[in-house]
Amino acid sequence: MPDRKGIYRKKRLDRGIKARADTIYLIASWREIFYLLLPRAFPVGFLLILPAVLHGYWQKVLVFACVYGLLALSWDLLASCGLFSLGQALFFGAGAYLAGGLNYYLHLPPLVTVPAATVGGGLLCAGLLAPVIRLRGVYFAMVTLMFPLLLMRGIETTGVLGGTHGLSALSPFPGETLTAYLAVLAFLACLFLFRRLINSDYGLVLMAIRDDDRAVMSGGINIYWRKTQALFLAGSVGAFAGALMTHHFQFLGMSAFALDYSILPVAAVALGGQGSFAGAALGSMILVPLSESLRALGGLRIALYCIILMVSIVALPEGLFHYLERKYHQFETRAEVE
Amino acid sequence: MIPTLLVYGLVNSVILALYALGFSLTYGISGLANFAHGALYILSGFAAWNLIHHMGIPLLPAALLSVALTGMLGFVFYWVLLLRIRGIALAELVVTFSAGVAILEILTWQGFYGIRYSLPVFLRGGIEVGGVAVDYQRLLVLGTGVVLVILLWLFVHHTRIGLAFRAMAQNERTALSVGIESDWVGSLSLAMGAALAAVAALVVLPLGVMESTIGYEVLIYALAVAIVGGLESTVGMILGSFLIGFGQVAAARFIGAKWMVIVPLAAIVVVLAVRPSGILGRFKELEERV
Amino acid sequence: MSKASETILAVERVRKRFGGILAVFDVSFELKAGEFLGIIGPNGSGKTTLVNLITGFVKPDGGRVFFKGRDITSFMPYRIADMGIARTFQMVRLFYNLPAYKNIIIPLCSSRVRRLGAGRYGEKDDMAVDLLDDMGFERDSYVPYKTAGSLPHGYLKRLDLARAMALRPEVLILDELFSGMSLSEVASTLPLIEKFHEEGLSIIMIEHRLKELFRVVDRVLVLNFGRKIADGSPQEVMENEEVRKAYLGIEVEIL
Ligand SMILES: Nc1ncnc2c1ncn2[C@@H]1O[C@H](COP(=O)(O)OP(=O)(O)OP(=O)(O)O)[C@@H](O)[C@H]1O
Ligand SMILES: [Mg+2]
Repeated sequence: MPDRKGIYRKKRLDRGIKARADTIYLIASWREIFYLLLPRAFPVGFLLILPAVLHGYWQKVLVFACVYGLLALSWDLLASCGLFSLGQALFFGAGAYLAGGLNYYLHLPPLVTVPAATVGGGLLCAGLLAPVIRLRGVYFAMVTLMFPLLLMRGIETTGVLGGTHGLSALSPFPGETLTAYLAVLAFLACLFLFRRLINSDYGLVLMAIRDDDRAVMSGGINIYWRKTQALFLAGSVGAFAGALMTHHFQFLGMSAFALDYSILPVAAVALGGQGSFAGAALGSMILVPLSESLRALGGLRIALYCIILMVSIVALPEGLFHYLERKYHQFETRAEVE
Repeated sequence: MIPTLLVYGLVNSVILALYALGFSLTYGISGLANFAHGALYILSGFAAWNLIHHMGIPLLPAALLSVALTGMLGFVFYWVLLLRIRGIALAELVVTFSAGVAILEILTWQGFYGIRYSLPVFLRGGIEVGGVAVDYQRLLVLGTGVVLVILLWLFVHHTRIGLAFRAMAQNERTALSVGIESDWVGSLSLAMGAALAAVAALVVLPLGVMESTIGYEVLIYALAVAIVGGLESTVGMILGSFLIGFGQVAAARFIGAKWMVIVPLAAIVVVLAVRPSGILGRFKELEERV
Repeated sequence: MSKASETILAVERVRKRFGGILAVFDVSFELKAGEFLGIIGPNGSGKTTLVNLITGFVKPDGGRVFFKGRDITSFMPYRIADMGIARTFQMVRLFYNLPAYKNIIIPLCSSRVRRLGAGRYGEKDDMAVDLLDDMGFERDSYVPYKTAGSLPHGYLKRLDLARAMALRPEVLILDELFSGMSLSEVASTLPLIEKFHEEGLSIIMIEHRLKELFRVVDRVLVLNFGRKIADGSPQEVMENEEVRKAYLGIEVEIL
C-alpha cells in the first residue's frame, strides 16, 4: 500500500439552513432570509429593470429571449408529463397565424387577437395532438416534428394565408418598451405559475403519469384528459408567444413554423436542466443573447444550437440550473482520506 | 392516363418506401428513432458526389463506398453519442435529431445546393411500359425497392444476426440474458439503417438535383409513412407508402401539383383521428405486462 | 344483510390468449356484494390475467364483465377504477422517487374521491398520512415521509394496498398481496383486510398462502391452465379431486 497521507477527497455538506423542505419554512435571521430570497428576487428584479434600460436592438433581443423562454417553459411542462415535443413551432405558428389572421382579415386590435390566439391556439393544438397522446414512445415527437414542417410547405405551395409573401402591415403594440414589458411580465408570470403548478398535487399527478401511467390509471385518474389539459396549457403559452411576436414584427409569414422555434427551446431546456422550469428560463436567457451575438454565422447558428444541445445532454445531463442549485446549497470541502 | 397514374404512382410509392425503410428497420430492432435519418440520406449523396468529382472514382465504386461510409458513420454515431444515453427516450430523441439538423445546416452553410450538384444515373435511356415512357433509373428504383425488401426479410429471418435482431426487438432483457449484446445490436441496427438510407439516396437522388433541404423532406416522409402505416410493422410501412405515394400522384393529376404536400398531412390527420397507431400498427398501449 | 345476495361483479366467459398460450379460457363467476372471494391456482394459471381482464388492463378476446349490471368490458382502466374497482399489483407499481405518502395523493386526486366529497384542497396530505397510519406506517415516525424506493418490500406491498384503499372502492382486488411479506407482516395485515370486509367491502383475494386465505374467505375459485376447475366453499374445494391433482404435493400442508 502506498502512503495515503495527503490524499484528499471532496466532501459535500448541506448548508445549515433547512428551508428546502417542501412546506416548512423556518427562518431564523436576516441572513437566512437573504440567502433564500437572493436567488429568487435578484433575477426577477433584474428582468423587470431590463426593458427600461435597454433600447433598440437589445430590447428586441430581450423580447426574443422571453418569447423563446415561453416556448421553453411550455416544452418543459409537456416533458413533465412525458410528452417530448420536437415541434414547439407548431404552437408558435398556430398562435402567430391566429393572431395575424384575425388582425389582417377582421382588423381586430391586438387587445382582442392576442387573448383569442392564446386560447384558440391552445385549443387547436390540444385538439390536433389529442389522438397522439394515447400512444407511447416516440410518436408524439414524430408527429409534432412533422406538423409544422408540413404546414409550412402547405402554406408555401397553396398560397393560403399570405403564402410565401406572408401578411404584412399588422397592428403593432403601442410602444417598444411596452412590448418588452409585456414579454417580460408574461415570461415571469408563466414561470411562476408553472412552478406553482408542478409543486401542487396537480403537478404531482402529471409527473406521476410520466413515471408510470398504468399505476396512475389504477388510481382512477383519466390520464388522457390530464395530458390533454397539459397540452392545452403548453399550447396556449406557445401560441401566446407566437401572437406576441406577430404583432411585434407587424408581419406574419411561413417562418412562424420555422425549425428555430422547435430547436432553440429544446436546446435551452437541455442546457438549463429539465423539470424545474427555472432551468428552462435560465437556458433561454443564456442561449438567445448568445445566438444573437452570433448572427453573423447565419445558418450555422442552428447547427451551433444542435451542438450545444448534444454536448449538454451527453456531458451535463442534469443541466446548468440543477448544477448551480447544488453548488448554492452545499459546501464543498476537501477532507483527508483516512 | 390511367397507366401514367399507375406507373408514376408506383415509382413514387417505392421512393417513399425507400425513404422509410432504414428508419423503420432501426426502430423496429432497437427501438431507436433515428431522427438523423434524413441527414444521413443526403450526406451519402454528397459523399458520393465528392468521391466522383474530386477523387475521380467511377460511379459504381463511389456508390458502394458511400454506402459503406454512411453505414460506418451510423455505427460510430452510436458508440460516440448514443452509448451514454441509451434508454433515456428524451435524450435519444434530442441527440439524434440535433445531430441530423447539425449535419444538414452545416451542409447548407457549405453551399451544397444548386444545379451543380447532381448524381449521374446508373443507366441511361428508358422504355415504354403500356404507352408510358419510363426511364431506366426509375425502373432501377422499383427494382431496388423490391430487392431490398426481400433481402431484408431473408436477412432477418434466416441469419444469426437477424435472429439476434428479432430477439432484441421482442424482449431486450431476455435477449441480454442469453448473451446478445444490446449495444452491439443497437449499433448494428443503426449502421444498417444508415446504409439503407444511403442506398435509397443513391438510386433516388439521380432523378433530380441534390439539396441539403431534401434531408428534412426525407425525414418528414419517412415519419409520415411510419405514422400512417404503423411504426412497428413492415407491411404497414409499405402500405403507408403506397397510400401516400398514389395519393400524391392522384392529387397532382386531378387537383394540381401544389396539393401534393397536403396528402401526407391529410393522411396523418385522418389516421390519427381514426386509428392512432397507424393502419397496421399494434395498439401497444394495453398489452404490456402488468 | 339483504345486500349480500346482490351481485356486484359478474364475469361471463372471458377469454384471453397470448400467442400460443390460453391464459384465461371461458371463466365465469359472480361476486356478491360484501362477499370475500379467494382465487387460487398454480403458477401461470391465469390469475393475474383474470384480474387484468376485470380491471381493464388487458382487453379480453371474448366474454364480458359486468359491474353492478353495467357492461364494463371495453372500459379503460381509469374508468373502471373510477367506478369503484381498485386493485393491487402483484409486481408493485409505485412511484419510487416520491415520498411514500405522496403515492397516496394520486388516487386522492381522482374524480371518484372528489365525488365522494373528500380530498378537498389542503386535506389530501393529512388523509394520505391517516391512511398510511392505518396500514401500520406509524404516523409519528419518519416512515411515511421516506421515499418509497427506500422502503422494504413489505412496506411497499402495504403502500400499494393503501393506494388502492384511497380510492374508497366497492370491490377490492388483491393480487398476491402477501407474497414476499414476512410472517409478522402478514399477521398484522390480515386483520386489516378482514376489517375492510366487515365494513362491507367486497374483496377478491389471490393468494398462494392457502392457510391464511382459507381462514378468511367465504368462497374459493380455483384456476388451472386458464380454466375454472372449482368454485365453492373452502371445504368443498379442498375435497375436489381435480384441485387435489392440480395442487399435488401442496395439499398435505393445507389439510
Ligand atoms: N402480457 C403477456 N404477454 C404474454 N404472455 C402473458 C402475458 N401475461 C401473462 N402471460 C402468460 O399467461 C399465463 C398466465 O399468466 P398469469 O400471470 O395470469 O398467471 P398467474 O396465475 O398470475 O401466475 P402467478 O401465480 O405466477 O402470478 C402465463 O403463461 C403467462 O406467461
Ligand atoms: Mg399472478
